[in-house]
Amino acid sequence: MPDALTKPYGMIAEFITANSVLHAAQAVRNAGFRKWDVFTPFPVHGMDRAMGLKNSKVGWFAFLGGVAGYTTGMLMIWFMNTVDYPIVIGGKPMFSPFSAFPPSYELTILFGAFGSLGGMLFLNRLPRLHNPLLKNKRFSLVTHDRFFILIECDDPKYSEVETRKLLEEAGCRHIELIEE
Amino acid sequence: MTTAPMPATVPQTPAELERPLLVANLRSFGWISNRVASLSEGPAPLWWWILFVPSFLALCLLGFCVSYQISTGVGVWGNRHPVMWAWDIVNFVWWIGIGHAGTLISAILFLLRQRWRTAVNRAAEAMTIFAVMCAGIYPALHVGRTWYDYWLFPIPNSNSLWPQFRSPLMWDVFAVSTYFTVSVLFWYMGLVPDLAVMRDRARTRARQFLYGIFALGWTGSNRHWSNYEKAYLILAGLSTPLVLSVHSIVSLDFSVSQLPGWHTTIFPPYFVAGAVFSGFGMVLSLLIPLRKIWKLEDIITMRHIDVMCKVTLATGSIVGYAYSMEFFIAWYSGNPNEGFHFLNRALGPYQWAWIPMVTCNVLVPQLFWIKWFRKNLVAVFIISILVNVGMWFERFVIIVIGLHRDFLTSSWAYYKPTPIDIGTYVGTFGLFFTCFLLFIRFLPMIAISEVKGVTPQSDPHHPLGGAKVAESVPDED
Repeated sequence: MPDALTKPYGMIAEFITANSVLHAAQAVRNAGFRKWDVFTPFPVHGMDRAMGLKNSKVGWFAFLGGVAGYTTGMLMIWFMNTVDYPIVIGGKPMFSPFSAFPPSYELTILFGAFGSLGGMLFLNRLPRLHNPLLKNKRFSLVTHDRFFILIECDDPKYSEVETRKLLEEAGCRHIELIEE
Repeated sequence: MTTAPMPATVPQTPAELERPLLVANLRSFGWISNRVASLSEGPAPLWWWILFVPSFLALCLLGFCVSYQISTGVGVWGNRHPVMWAWDIVNFVWWIGIGHAGTLISAILFLLRQRWRTAVNRAAEAMTIFAVMCAGIYPALHVGRTWYDYWLFPIPNSNSLWPQFRSPLMWDVFAVSTYFTVSVLFWYMGLVPDLAVMRDRARTRARQFLYGIFALGWTGSNRHWSNYEKAYLILAGLSTPLVLSVHSIVSLDFSVSQLPGWHTTIFPPYFVAGAVFSGFGMVLSLLIPLRKIWKLEDIITMRHIDVMCKVTLATGSIVGYAYSMEFFIAWYSGNPNEGFHFLNRALGPYQWAWIPMVTCNVLVPQLFWIKWFRKNLVAVFIISILVNVGMWFERFVIIVIGLHRDFLTSSWAYYKPTPIDIGTYVGTFGLFFTCFLLFIRFLPMIAISEVKGVTPQSDPHHPLGGAKVAESVPDED
C-alpha cells in the first residue's frame, strides 16, 4: 500500500526552551486547533492551562478501585466467617468490622493503586506499540532536551502553509512533516 | 475558555529569595540524560563485577540454606522453646523496616513537596522492593511447612478453612503483599518516562526492543503527562497511609500479644520511626559510594546528604524517646513482669545486644547535630552503617529478650543462632545486592525526567527557562 505509507500524519515544530514552547502552545490553542499536542522531556509547569486541558480523570479510576477494594475486603471476610464456615472463636461475634478493617484497608490501597495506574494507561491509550512520531529521528530528542508541538493533518484547521506560518511566528527552530 | 495571558516578562528574583540549586553547576537537560543513562550503557565496570560475584555467591548460599531448611525442617534454625521467634522474625522486621525509607522518600516527601527527593527516590524505591523481597522469605519459611504457604491467603483449600482474620499475623499478610505490589507499581510508573529515554538512546536492536516494550510507547505528550502526574500524586497519596500501616501492623504482631515488653501501645509509631530511621541509614550506605564512583556529585549534592542526615537524626531521636518511654512506663505501671523484663534487657544475659542497640540508635545519630559530621562523607557512611547495625540489634532485643525468660522460670533458656540462621541472613544480603547491582546496571538509577523538572531551566517563568526578565521589579498596585 504505497499510498498509506506516504500519507502525512502531522507537522512537528521543535523548540529549545520551556518558555518558548509554552507561548507557542498558547498561540496554537488560541488559533482554535483541536488535534494537537505538546511533547516535553518532563511535565512543564503551566502547560495544562496553556493547552486548555481539563483536570485529569484518573482520580475517578483510583476512587472506584478503592471502593471496590474496601467492599471486597469486608464482604469477603463477612462471607467466610459468617456464611461459608461460621466458627465461634473466644465467644466473639462471627463478624466484626474492626478486625476486618486492616485487611480491607490494605485492599483499598491495593485496588486504588491498580485503579490509578490502570486509569492512567487507559486514558493515555497506552501501551501503544506503533506511533508515527517514534519513527522520526529528530523527535527522539524529546526525551533528551527538546520540546515539540505536533499539529495533526486531520485537524479541520490544518493547512500546510498557514500552520507552518503560525508555528514559525511562535518562535520554533525547526519544522518537519511526519508521515503515517 | 479564557485564560490569563502569559506575562511577557517576569520580575527579577531578589537575591535573598533565590534558593540553592538542586542540580549543581547549572547542568543542562542533555547533561542529566547523558550522565545518568550512560551508567547503564556500555560494558560493566570492573568494580561492578567485584561486587556482583560475591553477591551472587551469597545468593547461592541462600538457595542452599533455604533448600536445606525446607527439606529438613525448622529445627535447623536455633529457634527453641521458649524462643520460638528468633533470627527469622528479627530479619523479617529488619528488612521490611529498611524498605520504609524508600516509600517515605517517594510518597511522603512528594506530598510535602520536598523537591530534593527526585535525586534519590528511584534508588530508594528499588531498595524498598528488594528489601521487601528479602523480608518476605522469612515468614514463608518460618511457618515450617513452606508448601502450605498458600493457606495464608484466602484461597479455598481441602480443609474448607479460611484464614483467621482476627489475627495481626493475617493482617500482616495483606499489609506486606500490598506493600510489595504497590511499591512495584509506583516504581514502574516512575520508570516509564525514563525507559523512554533509554529507548531513544539505545543503539542495539535488543535494547531498543526491550526498553521500547517496557516504555509502553511513551512520547512525553503533555496530554499524557497530565494524567501521569495525577496518577503519580494519587499513588503517593495511597502509599503514604500504606507505609504507615505496614510497620504499624508489623508492630501489632507483637503488641497484640500479652507479653511484657511487647504489649505496649507505643509500638506502632515507634516501629514506623525506627523503620524510616534504618531505611535512611541504608539509603545513605548505598548512595554515598555510588555517588563517588559514578561522579554524581552534581545530582546528589551535599545538600541532599545533609537533609538525609537530618531525617536520620530526627527519626533516631524518636526511637531514643521510645526506648526511654518504655523504661519509664515499665516502672510507672508498677507491673512486676514489665519491670523485670526491662531490667533484664539492660542487665540480663543479653546485655551485649542492648548496649550496641542504645549506642548505635540513640547516641551515635546525635552526632548529626554537628555540621562537621553531616559534611564529612566518611563519617556519614560509618554512622549510616552503625544505624543499620543498631536497628538489627533493636529487633533482636525486642524479640529474643522478650521471649527467653518467660513467666515460668523453669522454661528460661538462652538462645543461640545456628550456622543455617547466619547463612540465611548472609544469603538475603546476596539477594538484595544481586538485585540492586542488576538494577543499577540496566535501569536508570536516578529519575532522569524528574531531575530535569527541578532544574531552573525547566521553569518557563525562570530566566533560564527562556522567560524575559523585567528591567526593574514592578511596584505593587
